[in-house]
Amino acid sequence: MNGLLFALTVLTLVVALVALGWPLSTWMARTYTTDRDWLVERGVHRLLGIDARSEQRWPNYLRGILAISVLGVLLLYGLQRLQQFLPYSLGLPAVPEGIAFNTAISFVTNTNWQSYSPETTMGYTVQLAGLAVQNFLSAAIGIVVAVALIRGLASRTGAAGLGNVWVDLIRTVTRILLPMAFVAAIVLLATGVIQNFDGFRTVHTITGGTATIPGGPVASQEAIKELGTNGGGFFNANSAHPFENPTGFSNLFEIVLMLLIPFSLTRTFGIMVGDKRQGRAVLASMVVLYVLFTSALVAFEAAGAGSATAAAGAAMEGKEQRFGVLWSALFGSTSTITSTGAVNAMHDSFTPLGGMMAMLNMMLGEIAPGGVGTGLYGFLVIAILAVFLAGLMIGRTPTYLGKRIAAREITFASLYLLTTPTLILAGLGLTFAIPAVAADVAKTSIFNTGPHGFSEVLYAFTSAANNNGSAFGGLTANTAWLNPALGAVMWLGRYLPIVFVLALAGSFASQETRGTAEAGGLDTHRPQFVVLTVGTVLIVTALTYLPVLALGPLAEGLA
Amino acid sequence: MSSVLTRGPVRTWTVALRLLLLTTLATVVYTLVVTLIGQVVLPGQAHGSTVSVGGKVVGSALIGQSFTDAKGNALPQWFQSRPSAAGDGYDGGASSGSNLGPNSADLLKAIDERKAAIRESDGPGAIPADAVTASGSGLDPHISEAYALLQVDRVARARNLSAATVRALVERTVQAPDLGYLGQPTVNVLQLNIALAGLRA
Repeated sequence: MNGLLFALTVLTLVVALVALGWPLSTWMARTYTTDRDWLVERGVHRLLGIDARSEQRWPNYLRGILAISVLGVLLLYGLQRLQQFLPYSLGLPAVPEGIAFNTAISFVTNTNWQSYSPETTMGYTVQLAGLAVQNFLSAAIGIVVAVALIRGLASRTGAAGLGNVWVDLIRTVTRILLPMAFVAAIVLLATGVIQNFDGFRTVHTITGGTATIPGGPVASQEAIKELGTNGGGFFNANSAHPFENPTGFSNLFEIVLMLLIPFSLTRTFGIMVGDKRQGRAVLASMVVLYVLFTSALVAFEAAGAGSATAAAGAAMEGKEQRFGVLWSALFGSTSTITSTGAVNAMHDSFTPLGGMMAMLNMMLGEIAPGGVGTGLYGFLVIAILAVFLAGLMIGRTPTYLGKRIAAREITFASLYLLTTPTLILAGLGLTFAIPAVAADVAKTSIFNTGPHGFSEVLYAFTSAANNNGSAFGGLTANTAWLNPALGAVMWLGRYLPIVFVLALAGSFASQETRGTAEAGGLDTHRPQFVVLTVGTVLIVTALTYLPVLALGPLAEGLA
Repeated sequence: MSSVLTRGPVRTWTVALRLLLLTTLATVVYTLVVTLIGQVVLPGQAHGSTVSVGGKVVGSALIGQSFTDAKGNALPQWFQSRPSAAGDGYDGGASSGSNLGPNSADLLKAIDERKAAIRESDGPGAIPADAVTASGSGLDPHISEAYALLQVDRVARARNLSAATVRALVERTVQAPDLGYLGQPTVNVLQLNIALAGLRA
């Protein structure tokens, strides 16, 4: 019975994504190719003092992104530290240094890892004038980096410009994120997501006791949180909280929001490189991975392994009755395979292998479909590697969309692919190799015992390095080691890949090409491309992470 | 016109700061506009879908409550919510799951104790999973129909009502998921208990 209802839900999800994604992808392609600025955009250009027509090479494009990110961290840190002076702070004190540092990086990098409990830490002003701002900006940065890479691949003349980073950021906010978030916020409001400045209200219940009803401008934040694949909850329980995600409809709607821009960007890519088949091939590879990994997670949760799970009769610990096991698993998989990190159920209480799938979703590199923009550029790096491998096999100079993949390009692609695993494994290794840190983590941070406790730390570094933000929430991350360590991992996990992608984009943009025809090479719009990229992803991920998974979730799940 | 290309890094920082402040302004305006629309068009939802009895707000239809005495003991005359890890249980200021793992000995022990308590109060029927597990938010307003039906005899006894009357009330209170298939059927415990208080023997 539940299985049938769930299948209908998935069908609805597909229909919604196609119906909304089709026009959106066209609109996004228009947004990044038109010369025409809106009136409000011209006003902003004047206020900023920029020439909207000036093209930037990749170092300048990158400089803009780094500058606004560094300033974003400083401003957000300052805002948190001055919270006691801000209006609507619910009487909360300044956010402590460690949390403020971690949170500033976390929201600027689109991670939205939360080492704090929002109800007791963040007032409304910090949330709406600090955190939500970065929800918009970090999403915009992910998208424009992907757009810059597309432009590099699409360029024909050898002119090295990638566009103008300021114009791209502004258009992403004015034409895509703000209008969509606005509509989404109203829809969420209608389902019961709250939007007020009421603070905590105490009411007298029918049993003669009292109950607390929280308040807050939640709908406006929830909309961009899912749409921008950010994931930071207004409340501690995130999207499990009934005021963030009250109904079965809001649950599906939030899943649609998470997937919409990442999947749509594949068609935008096809349009912008002048060959829609290329976009379809990328989309097909992403869909194959999404279906494969999501099905596995749902199946593991439905099977309900674990001694406590078996005693309860189903994997309902940490799950809401309105979502049940299946709709929780769908949300959890979507959230981790995009780079959102929102949760509507507690991943720490997932079955051993269900929890492992959430980690594997991130370990894929969040490319199926991944975060807004980040998913597409991450996938294109994989495509470049796959094309290179194919080139080696057939003995021809590998090309992608007419661009040569030579030493310089494959170097940047390799550096990109090495960054995240290095951060995860180094962070994890240091945590357990430094005796004082290991002792503190074991005593203070880890909540569950045995391999599951190890999984909590593995999950944390995986989530931070991939800028996901979800957690095995039992872990106490607000410590002198984990706050700065995860902060550094989030920062490097975001900006090193962006450097490599923009360097790649610049390298492609400076190549003159005659067309996309790849005589004798690999046809990158055909099924063999899908097989090759999916195969590459699976092999790279498995080789990198199997040993460390064996110490945590595999040890627990196969015991 | 000046170009970002020609003026170099110093210029970049100025533009970045201005754009950051403008985005902050846009986000604040966005939040206030959504708030305004909420106040005018959807005030009920915007303020938390509150439920009133006799003109007084007694809770929210979306936020679960505990139906216990001051010491936390279940009151037999009310339908009971799921176990909760939010504060001391259903603390609206401290949403949280238990985060206990699937093989946790503590969780296993808690589940066994909850089962024993339910058997003692509600009899030997099959106990559904939602009755012995804490939700993700700790504020789950719902229980399954099976758990509600399991509690019917106890509630009816405590209130001197016929079991058939109470069972009929439960069956009337079951909510189908949105569109009939987006999620699981639910029973809203607060709404069920309010309706229960209005029943006459």
